[in-house]
Amino acid sequence: MTPTVRARLGTVLAAAVPVVFVAVLFGYPVAAIVGRGLAPEGTLDPEPLRRVFTDPALRGVVWFTVWQAALSTLCTLVLALPGAYVLARLRFPGRSLVRALVTVPFVLPTVLVANAFLALGVSRSLGAILLAHVFFNYAVVVRVVGTRWRNLDPHEAEAARMLGASRWRVAREVTAPALRPAVVAAATITFLFCFTSFGVVLFLGGPTRTTLETEIHRQTTRFLDLPLAAALSVVQLAAVLALLWLVGRSERRAATPARLRAAREIEHAPRTPGAWVLLTANLLVMTALLLVPMAVLVVRSLTPPSGFGLDAYRALGDLRRGSTLFVPPLEAVGTSVRYALAAATIAVVVGGLAAWAGARSRSRWLDGVLAVPLGVSAVTLGFGFLIALDEGPLDLRGSAALVPLAQALVALPFVVLLVGPVLRSIDPRLREAAAMLGASPGAVRRRIDLPIAARALFAAGAFAVAISLGEFGATTFVARPDAPTLPVVIARLLGQPGEAAFHAAMAASGILMVLVVVAVVVGDRARVGRFGDF
Amino acid sequence: MRRPRSRAAFVRVPVTTLVTTLCATLVATLGGVPAGAAERRVTLVTHDSFALSESVIDRFTERTGIEVQVLPLGDAGQIVNQAVLTRGNPVGDVLFGVDNAFLTRALDANVFERYRSPAVDGVPEALRLDPKHRVTPIDYGDVCINYDKAWFAERRIPVPETLEDLTERRYRDLLVVQDPSTSSPGLAFLLATVAEFGPGGWQGYWKRLRANGVTVVDGWEQAYYDEFSGGGAGGDKPLVVSYATSPAAAVVYADPPITRSPIGTMTGSCFRQVEFAGILAGTKHRAEARRLVDFLLSPAVQADLPLQMFVYPAVADTALPAVFTANADTADDPYTMTPARIGARRDAWIRAWTGTVLR
Repeated sequence: MTPTVRARLGTVLAAAVPVVFVAVLFGYPVAAIVGRGLAPEGTLDPEPLRRVFTDPALRGVVWFTVWQAALSTLCTLVLALPGAYVLARLRFPGRSLVRALVTVPFVLPTVLVANAFLALGVSRSLGAILLAHVFFNYAVVVRVVGTRWRNLDPHEAEAARMLGASRWRVAREVTAPALRPAVVAAATITFLFCFTSFGVVLFLGGPTRTTLETEIHRQTTRFLDLPLAAALSVVQLAAVLALLWLVGRSERRAATPARLRAAREIEHAPRTPGAWVLLTANLLVMTALLLVPMAVLVVRSLTPPSGFGLDAYRALGDLRRGSTLFVPPLEAVGTSVRYALAAATIAVVVGGLAAWAGARSRSRWLDGVLAVPLGVSAVTLGFGFLIALDEGPLDLRGSAALVPLAQALVALPFVVLLVGPVLRSIDPRLREAAAMLGASPGAVRRRIDLPIAARALFAAGAFAVAISLGEFGATTFVARPDAPTLPVVIARLLGQPGEAAFHAAMAASGILMVLVVVAVVVGDRARVGRFGDF
Repeated sequence: MRRPRSRAAFVRVPVTTLVTTLCATLVATLGGVPAGAAERRVTLVTHDSFALSESVIDRFTERTGIEVQVLPLGDAGQIVNQAVLTRGNPVGDVLFGVDNAFLTRALDANVFERYRSPAVDGVPEALRLDPKHRVTPIDYGDVCINYDKAWFAERRIPVPETLEDLTERRYRDLLVVQDPSTSSPGLAFLLATVAEFGPGGWQGYWKRLRANGVTVVDGWEQAYYDEFSGGGAGGDKPLVVSYATSPAAAVVYADPPITRSPIGTMTGSCFRQVEFAGILAGTKHRAEARRLVDFLLSPAVQADLPLQMFVYPAVADTALPAVFTANADTADDPYTMTPARIGARRDAWIRAWTGTVLR
């Protein structure tokens, strides 16, 4: 075997792991449940699909789903891109805490966030949906775009300025193309989250606003109209695939290599009045949009009817003690952390291999494949698990393993997004020099690729932990033994009437927030290698 | 060349430690399931609100040697649909939590096998809705409108008594209900209105309710905590569709403790829900499953139900806790409907409701 063949084989094997992972845990279950709905007797019945496009109500659902997601994505980008810049480039006291805090919304249960928004006087409306989508996805833009921005060498922009280009022209012709892959990736992920958002639409949109996701849920869990649910899922899947295909195509054409540099060599304290204004304005936006709703939850957890203090946190450990419904808070924290670490490990290993394989080929289809699960209904996947993974070694129903596996599925695309660009940016001359000095291909991977990627992998892992800590969608439909995570504990507490239960749920969300801040700060603190230290 | 080397060494230590730690966690989490570890075990598939005292379940295990694994899988509608989908190869052995609203869907799909528990003799005839004994009644409760006592007292407005009262001007914009296509209590309340006004009249009633400013939300949590003024979480509507036992729950979950419930029940608005358990066809633990069904009707569990799930025990003459008798209500004459009638018309009613109230 020649070294080239061996290298190609390695790439193929590395790509095979994520492909098999997604095929078994996503492709197969979804195909099973859609097949059961559209071809119950083995032959395809196109009638339900036709219905989706001929019934005006269902057509309206499809259309609303698409445009509310597009509009939400646009709002998120407009508000979060300046924030991403500020957090990436400007050095100011408390920055790492702010970075961690803006990530917290991403993991909060929608039912609590909806309650906080309503308490702030927001009424159920389209505006409330958009506002909440910005709240939840701000972190996606800050993380994905900020990562690129932090390491983008400003040298080219400075050179262009020196040569007389206007600020606007530099932004358009130098900075924008270099940022584009990250912006497109963040926009895609935000769109997918908004496209399939469930709680936000139900709790803040009110019952008159229906999306594909809420309609699939209704048809599956209420009417058991599997043919219609399957048809809606197919439409949802087709839209997601079309989007990812378009994105992949345009990105292949537009791919521009960018020079990267260590963040600490680029970032600076705000020097000009303009920079100060930018910083202040963005901190104000973050406060109004993200911190105030979060503060509502924290304040409520500290002000139960018995007065200001930690009573709600104490109640969390006392309410329903002795009942099967009772979960000691520490145990729930432990379960959450264990599941999250397991999910993050799976996501980092599988996603790391995908990123490595992706970096060695010019094609980007793998990124697209891994993002598909984000765009498909959680209830379709959950019910698919039930009927597909029910035999032999794949009978994972009721197994604790299914929870981190499902969470890893959600975290995977982020790992690839955060690690891929770093691996792609490794200067090939570095590898060649090492090989010339006698290093074996394995040694090159171990001594060059791994150290450079380690930092990115670690940060991606921390973000995967954060995602898994808050993940509620897919895992609610997964048959699991009774080891509830914090989001499940919150849902259970809210299922009971009584002020103490309500405030205890707020306390549980307070603990969840602290855990996320810790995960993100730890991830941000790790400092390895020159690049990717975001 | 010294700098890169030293950096690589610096990296390798934490990465190796990290990988080892994470792998250990992974193995612990994935391998931590005692699959088939116990000799005799039975899996109870149920809804997310299922609760019993741990000591009661422990006593069952001590006495019978059977370990009980509880698998909560969503709400009452979801667990029935999942049972239908997995018929023949069920996720568990016993299903608890199917109610009269979804009973026929489960029975028509043959998801249960027959079993007549000897203990069912203690259950009143009115609750035994399946003469073929595929399901066993375990508990019942009433879905009713709750009201915020203080709100009505402060304004000296009389509390509404009948469903018709709710369409009066003085109760304008006061009521919050749940969408019956997403919520169990929402569906029960829709059935109450159908039972009261009949097939020809219930839609007209909802039109009047709509004209009188009824608020519709997705689920019980949103209604009770986001909208209801008696929920203690910032809502401003004094009337909500909830349960006849909610006043008792509000006392049990009060902090600091209170003796008199802040909310009351409109007993003229109630629909009776009966919850059943059944043995899932295809179970590999039939003997254990039967013991579990018997256990659910045993005095220990029946007496435990009121304060665990805020429902009434199905077995007559079960003693009720004092806090429950003092605060929980029951309707003397609740609305009822046969499971067969619900099963035949439920989905059509929900669709018609959506057209009348939401469009």
